[in-house]
Amino acid sequence: MAKFSRKGKGGTPELSTSSLADIVFMILLFFMVTTSMRQTERMVVIKMPEASEIAKLERKDLSAYIFVGTPMPNLQAQYGNDSRIQLNDSFKTIDDIRDFIAAERENLSEADRQYMTVSIKADETVRMGIISDIKQELRRTSALKIMYAARRSAPVQ
Amino acid sequence: MARPAQQLPSSSLADIAFMVLIFFLLVSTMDQDLGLQRRLPPMPDPNQKADDVQIKRRNMMIVRLNENDRLLAGGSQIDVSMLKDKAMEFLLNNGNDENLPEREVKTIEGFGSYPVSKGVISLQNHRGTSYDAYLKVQNELVKAVNIIRDEFAMTNFGKIYINLDEEKQRIVRDAIPQNISEAEPKDTGRKK
Repeated sequence: MAKFSRKGKGGTPELSTSSLADIVFMILLFFMVTTSMRQTERMVVIKMPEASEIAKLERKDLSAYIFVGTPMPNLQAQYGNDSRIQLNDSFKTIDDIRDFIAAERENLSEADRQYMTVSIKADETVRMGIISDIKQELRRTSALKIMYAARRSAPVQ
Repeated sequence: MARPAQQLPSSSLADIAFMVLIFFLLVSTMDQDLGLQRRLPPMPDPNQKADDVQIKRRNMMIVRLNENDRLLAGGSQIDVSMLKDKAMEFLLNNGNDENLPEREVKTIEGFGSYPVSKGVISLQNHRGTSYDAYLKVQNELVKAVNIIRDEFAMTNFGKIYINLDEEKQRIVRDAIPQNISEAEPKDTGRKK
Protein backbone atom coordinates (compact mmCIF):
# COMPACT_ATOMS: atom_id res chain seq x y z
CA MET A 1 0.00 0.00 0.00
CA ALA A 2 2.65 2.36 0.98
CA LYS A 3 3.92 4.36 -1.88
CA PHE A 4 7.34 4.86 -0.43
CA SER A 5 8.94 1.78 0.83
CA ARG A 6 12.21 1.96 2.72
CA LYS A 7 15.08 0.75 0.78
CA GLY A 8 17.68 -1.28 2.48
CA LYS A 9 17.39 -3.02 5.75
CA GLY A 10 17.04 -0.02 8.07
CA GLY A 11 19.53 0.89 10.81
CA THR A 12 21.18 4.27 11.03
CA PRO A 13 23.54 5.14 8.24
CA GLU A 14 27.09 5.92 9.27
CA LEU A 15 27.84 9.55 10.00
CA SER A 16 30.28 11.02 7.57
CA THR A 17 33.42 12.07 9.40
CA SER A 18 35.34 13.31 6.45
CA SER A 19 34.57 16.94 7.19
CA LEU A 20 35.62 16.62 10.82
CA ALA A 21 39.25 16.84 9.84
CA ASP A 22 38.60 20.03 7.91
CA ILE A 23 36.86 21.60 10.88
CA VAL A 24 39.68 20.65 13.23
CA PHE A 25 42.22 22.03 10.81
CA MET A 26 40.31 25.28 10.71
CA ILE A 27 40.40 25.55 14.50
CA LEU A 28 44.08 24.71 14.38
CA LEU A 29 44.77 27.46 11.88
CA PHE A 30 42.83 29.93 14.00
CA PHE A 31 44.95 29.11 17.01
CA MET A 32 48.15 29.29 15.07
CA VAL A 33 47.31 32.74 13.80
CA THR A 34 46.04 34.26 17.04
CA THR A 35 48.57 32.93 19.48
CA SER A 36 52.26 33.19 19.81
CA MET A 37 54.70 30.68 21.09
CA ARG A 38 55.44 30.69 24.78
CA GLN A 39 58.99 31.85 25.09
CA THR A 40 59.97 31.29 28.66
CA GLU A 41 58.70 29.15 31.41
CA ARG A 42 57.31 31.28 34.17
CA MET A 43 58.96 30.56 37.49
CA VAL A 44 57.31 33.25 39.54
CA VAL A 45 53.70 33.78 40.49
CA ILE A 46 52.42 36.91 38.87
CA LYS A 47 49.04 38.46 39.32
CA MET A 48 49.28 41.66 37.41
CA PRO A 49 47.69 44.79 38.83
CA GLU A 50 44.69 46.29 37.13
CA ALA A 51 44.72 49.48 35.13
CA SER A 52 42.28 51.11 32.76
CA GLU A 53 44.48 53.34 30.62
CA ILE A 54 46.48 50.56 29.09
CA ALA A 55 47.80 50.32 25.60
CA LYS A 56 48.72 47.29 23.59
CA LEU A 57 52.32 46.62 22.83
CA GLU A 58 52.59 46.95 19.08
CA ARG A 59 55.65 44.88 18.35
CA LYS A 60 55.85 41.87 20.55
CA ASP A 61 59.10 40.75 18.98
CA LEU A 62 60.83 43.94 20.10
CA SER A 63 60.22 43.46 23.75
CA ALA A 64 62.24 42.05 26.58
CA TYR A 65 60.53 40.74 29.65
CA ILE A 66 61.47 41.11 33.27
CA PHE A 67 59.37 39.06 35.64
CA VAL A 68 59.17 39.99 39.28
CA GLY A 69 57.29 38.04 41.89
CA THR A 70 57.44 35.31 44.44
CA PRO A 71 58.74 31.95 43.20
CA MET A 72 56.22 29.27 42.33
CA PRO A 73 55.18 27.14 45.33
CA ASN A 74 57.19 24.13 44.17
CA LEU A 75 60.32 26.28 43.88
CA GLN A 76 59.97 28.01 47.20
CA ALA A 77 61.93 25.35 49.07
CA GLN A 78 64.88 26.21 46.93
CA TYR A 79 64.51 29.92 46.36
CA GLY A 80 62.51 31.14 49.34
CA ASN A 81 59.34 33.16 49.15
CA ASP A 82 60.81 36.61 48.80
CA SER A 83 60.21 38.53 45.56
CA ARG A 84 62.71 37.53 42.94
CA ILE A 85 63.61 38.70 39.47
CA GLN A 86 63.35 36.23 36.64
CA LEU A 87 65.19 36.87 33.39
CA ASN A 88 64.81 34.31 30.65
CA ASP A 89 64.68 30.99 32.45
CA SER A 90 66.40 31.58 35.74
CA PHE A 91 66.36 33.75 38.81
CA LYS A 92 68.77 36.64 38.58
CA THR A 93 69.80 39.66 40.57
CA ILE A 94 69.67 43.34 39.77
CA ASP A 95 73.25 43.25 38.51
CA ASP A 96 72.39 40.76 35.79
CA ILE A 97 69.90 43.11 34.15
CA ARG A 98 72.67 44.97 32.39
CA ASP A 99 73.91 41.85 30.62
CA PHE A 100 70.38 40.72 29.92
CA ILE A 101 69.47 43.99 28.20
CA ALA A 102 72.70 43.96 26.25
CA ALA A 103 71.99 40.42 25.06
CA GLU A 104 68.42 41.29 24.09
CA ARG A 105 69.67 44.31 22.16
CA GLU A 106 72.15 42.15 20.38
CA ASN A 107 69.32 39.94 19.11
CA LEU A 108 67.58 42.80 17.37
CA SER A 109 68.51 44.35 14.11
CA GLU A 110 70.31 47.67 14.11
CA ALA A 111 67.25 49.60 13.02
CA ASP A 112 64.94 48.09 15.61
CA ARG A 113 67.12 48.60 18.65
CA GLN A 114 65.80 52.03 19.45
CA TYR A 115 62.26 50.67 19.59
CA MET A 116 63.00 48.00 22.12
CA THR A 117 60.55 48.01 25.00
CA VAL A 118 61.26 46.43 28.32
CA SER A 119 58.09 45.02 29.74
CA ILE A 120 58.09 44.75 33.50
CA LYS A 121 55.70 42.05 34.58
CA ALA A 122 55.41 42.27 38.30
CA ASP A 123 53.05 40.90 40.86
CA GLU A 124 50.79 43.44 42.49
CA THR A 125 52.16 42.68 45.95
CA VAL A 126 55.75 43.41 45.01
CA ARG A 127 57.32 46.31 46.87
CA MET A 128 58.47 49.31 44.89
CA GLY A 129 62.04 49.03 46.15
CA ILE A 130 62.84 46.22 43.76
CA ILE A 131 61.04 47.99 40.91
CA SER A 132 62.97 51.20 41.57
CA ASP A 133 66.21 49.26 41.46
CA ILE A 134 65.22 47.76 38.13
CA LYS A 135 64.25 51.17 36.80
CA GLN A 136 67.55 52.70 37.87
CA GLU A 137 69.45 49.84 36.27
CA LEU A 138 67.47 50.24 33.05
CA ARG A 139 68.25 53.94 33.01
CA ARG A 140 71.92 53.14 33.42
CA THR A 141 71.79 50.84 30.41
CA SER A 142 69.66 53.46 28.63
CA ALA A 143 66.80 51.12 27.93
CA LEU A 144 64.31 53.90 28.46
CA LYS A 145 61.16 52.57 26.88
CA ILE A 146 59.42 50.52 29.48
CA MET A 147 55.98 49.17 30.03
CA TYR A 148 54.32 48.25 33.28
CA ALA A 149 52.31 45.20 32.34
CA ALA A 150 48.77 45.31 33.65
CA ARG A 151 45.40 43.71 33.28
CA ARG A 152 42.52 45.61 31.81
CA SER A 153 40.01 46.73 34.38
CA ALA A 154 36.56 48.05 33.81
CA PRO A 155 36.73 51.82 33.48
CA VAL A 156 35.33 53.42 36.59
CA GLN A 157 33.49 56.62 36.15
CA MET B 1 41.86 -5.41 -12.44
CA ALA B 2 38.51 -3.80 -12.84
CA ARG B 3 38.24 -3.19 -9.12
CA PRO B 4 37.15 0.38 -8.39
CA ALA B 5 39.71 2.48 -6.57
CA GLN B 6 39.15 2.18 -2.85
CA GLN B 7 38.59 5.29 -0.85
CA LEU B 8 41.37 6.15 1.51
CA PRO B 9 40.15 5.95 5.10
CA SER B 10 40.16 9.50 6.36
CA SER B 11 38.72 8.97 9.80
CA SER B 12 42.12 9.00 11.47
CA LEU B 13 42.97 12.32 9.87
CA ALA B 14 40.73 14.04 12.38
CA ASP B 15 42.54 12.36 15.25
CA ILE B 16 45.88 13.51 13.95
CA ALA B 17 44.60 17.04 13.50
CA PHE B 18 43.26 17.00 17.04
CA MET B 19 46.63 15.99 18.35
CA VAL B 20 48.34 18.81 16.52
CA LEU B 21 45.68 21.17 17.81
CA ILE B 22 46.26 20.12 21.40
CA PHE B 23 49.99 20.52 20.95
CA PHE B 24 49.49 24.10 19.79
CA LEU B 25 47.12 24.84 22.63
CA LEU B 26 49.75 23.78 25.11
CA VAL B 27 52.77 25.56 23.72
CA SER B 28 51.22 28.85 22.75
CA THR B 29 50.05 31.81 24.76
CA MET B 30 47.09 33.94 24.07
CA ASP B 31 47.72 36.77 26.50
CA GLN B 32 48.21 40.08 24.86
CA ASP B 33 50.84 42.40 26.10
CA LEU B 34 48.92 45.17 27.72
CA GLY B 35 50.22 47.78 30.05
CA LEU B 36 51.14 51.36 30.77
CA GLN B 37 53.89 52.52 28.50
CA ARG B 38 56.26 54.99 30.01
CA ARG B 39 59.54 56.56 29.10
CA LEU B 40 62.23 56.76 31.71
CA PRO B 41 64.35 59.88 31.90
CA PRO B 42 67.94 59.32 30.82
CA MET B 43 70.55 59.03 33.50
CA PRO B 44 71.86 62.47 34.40
CA ASP B 45 75.32 63.33 33.27
CA PRO B 46 77.66 62.96 36.26
CA ASN B 47 79.51 66.11 35.25
CA GLN B 48 76.33 68.10 35.22
CA LYS B 49 75.39 70.08 38.26
CA ALA B 50 72.76 68.38 40.29
CA ASP B 51 70.05 71.00 40.21
CA ASP B 52 70.56 73.30 37.28
CA VAL B 53 67.04 72.61 36.07
CA GLN B 54 64.94 74.51 38.52
CA ILE B 55 61.23 74.18 38.16
CA LYS B 56 59.11 76.86 39.69
CA ARG B 57 57.08 75.69 42.59
CA ARG B 58 53.77 76.58 40.96
CA ASN B 59 54.61 74.42 37.97
CA MET B 60 55.16 71.31 39.97
CA MET B 61 52.75 68.99 41.63
CA ILE B 62 54.31 66.49 43.94
CA VAL B 63 52.53 63.20 44.29
CA ARG B 64 54.02 61.04 46.96
CA LEU B 65 53.19 57.51 48.00
CA ASN B 66 54.48 56.32 51.32
CA GLU B 67 55.18 52.82 52.55
CA ASN B 68 51.59 52.39 53.74
CA ASP B 69 50.28 53.29 50.28
CA ARG B 70 48.97 56.62 51.57
CA LEU B 71 48.84 59.26 48.91
CA LEU B 72 49.94 62.85 49.25
CA ALA B 73 49.17 65.07 46.29
CA GLY B 74 49.77 68.79 46.05
CA GLY B 75 50.24 69.12 49.77
CA SER B 76 47.25 67.25 51.09
CA GLN B 77 46.44 63.65 51.74
CA ILE B 78 43.77 62.39 49.38
CA ASP B 79 42.29 59.17 48.10
CA VAL B 80 43.41 57.68 44.78
CA SER B 81 39.95 58.21 43.33
CA MET B 82 40.32 61.98 43.70
CA LEU B 83 43.75 62.15 42.15
CA LYS B 84 42.48 62.32 38.57
CA ASP B 85 40.44 65.47 39.24
CA LYS B 86 43.26 67.02 41.16
CA ALA B 87 45.71 66.33 38.34
CA MET B 88 43.28 67.68 35.75
CA GLU B 89 42.71 70.84 37.75
CA PHE B 90 46.47 71.26 38.01
CA LEU B 91 47.18 70.68 34.33
CA LEU B 92 44.28 72.71 32.97
CA ASN B 93 44.46 75.71 35.31
CA ASN B 94 41.27 77.14 33.85
CA GLY B 95 41.02 80.05 36.24
CA ASN B 96 44.61 81.21 35.68
CA ASP B 97 45.27 80.69 39.34
CA GLU B 98 48.61 82.01 40.51
CA ASN B 99 49.38 78.82 42.39
CA LEU B 100 48.72 76.60 39.41
CA PRO B 101 51.11 76.15 36.48
CA GLU B 102 51.67 78.89 33.97
CA ARG B 103 51.07 78.45 30.29
CA GLU B 104 53.57 79.24 27.62
CA VAL B 105 52.45 80.02 24.11
CA LYS B 106 54.26 77.69 21.77
CA THR B 107 54.00 77.27 18.04
CA ILE B 108 52.97 73.78 17.13
CA GLU B 109 53.82 72.72 13.63
CA GLY B 110 50.72 72.24 11.56
CA PHE B 111 48.39 73.77 14.10
CA GLY B 112 49.46 77.26 15.13
CA SER B 113 50.16 78.65 18.54
CA TYR B 114 48.68 77.18 21.66
CA PRO B 115 49.31 77.96 25.30
CA VAL B 116 51.03 74.83 26.52
CA SER B 117 50.89 74.12 30.21
CA LYS B 118 54.26 73.99 31.91
CA GLY B 119 52.98 71.80 34.70
CA VAL B 120 54.99 68.81 35.72
CA ILE B 121 53.68 66.06 37.95
CA SER B 122 56.41 64.57 40.01
CA LEU B 123 55.71 61.11 41.28
CA GLN B 124 57.73 59.91 44.23
CA ASN B 125 57.50 56.64 46.00
CA HIS B 126 59.00 54.85 48.91
CA ARG B 127 60.78 51.52 48.74
CA GLY B 128 57.97 49.95 50.71
CA THR B 129 55.15 51.17 48.47
CA SER B 130 53.25 48.31 46.91
CA TYR B 131 53.39 47.95 43.15
CA ASP B 132 49.63 47.80 42.95
CA ALA B 133 49.20 51.20 44.59
CA TYR B 134 51.96 52.68 42.46
CA LEU B 135 50.36 51.49 39.26
CA LYS B 136 46.96 52.77 40.35
CA VAL B 137 48.44 56.23 40.81
CA GLN B 138 50.22 56.04 37.45
CA ASN B 139 46.98 54.97 35.88
CA GLU B 140 45.05 57.89 37.36
CA LEU B 141 47.66 60.39 36.17
CA VAL B 142 47.67 58.93 32.67
CA LYS B 143 43.89 59.00 32.72
CA ALA B 144 43.89 62.70 33.59
CA VAL B 145 46.19 63.47 30.66
CA ASN B 146 44.14 61.26 28.33
CA ILE B 147 40.91 63.03 29.25
CA ILE B 148 42.47 66.43 28.59
CA ARG B 149 43.84 65.18 25.29
CA ASP B 150 40.45 63.83 24.30
CA GLU B 151 38.82 67.15 25.11
CA PHE B 152 41.40 69.03 23.09
CA ALA B 153 41.05 66.64 20.17
CA MET B 154 37.26 66.86 20.34
CA THR B 155 37.13 70.65 20.22
CA ASN B 156 39.74 71.00 17.50
CA PHE B 157 39.32 67.96 15.31
CA GLY B 158 35.93 66.60 16.29
CA LYS B 159 37.25 63.17 17.20
CA ILE B 160 38.78 61.67 20.26
CA TYR B 161 42.53 61.29 20.38
CA ILE B 162 42.74 57.61 19.59
CA ASN B 163 40.74 57.98 16.38
CA LEU B 164 42.93 60.73 14.94
CA ASP B 165 45.57 60.09 12.36
CA GLU B 166 49.25 60.08 13.18
CA GLU B 167 49.88 63.72 12.32
CA LYS B 168 47.02 65.04 14.41
CA GLN B 169 47.96 62.81 17.31
CA ARG B 170 51.37 64.43 17.27
CA ILE B 171 49.77 67.88 17.42
CA VAL B 172 47.66 66.84 20.39
CA ARG B 173 50.68 65.32 22.08
CA ASP B 174 52.63 68.53 21.59
CA ALA B 175 49.79 70.67 22.88
CA ILE B 176 49.17 68.54 25.95
CA PRO B 177 52.41 66.90 26.96
CA GLN B 178 52.43 64.06 29.40
CA ASN B 179 54.84 65.45 31.91
CA ILE B 180 54.90 62.83 34.58
CA SER B 181 58.32 62.70 36.08
CA GLU B 182 59.32 59.62 37.96
CA ALA B 183 61.71 61.35 40.23
CA GLU B 184 65.05 60.06 41.29
CA PRO B 185 64.33 57.67 44.09
CA LYS B 186 64.97 59.36 47.37
CA ASP B 187 66.64 56.38 48.93
CA THR B 188 68.16 54.33 46.18
CA GLY B 189 70.83 53.09 48.53
CA ARG B 190 70.66 49.43 47.79
CA LYS B 191 70.66 47.28 50.82
CA LYS B 192 73.21 44.58 50.42
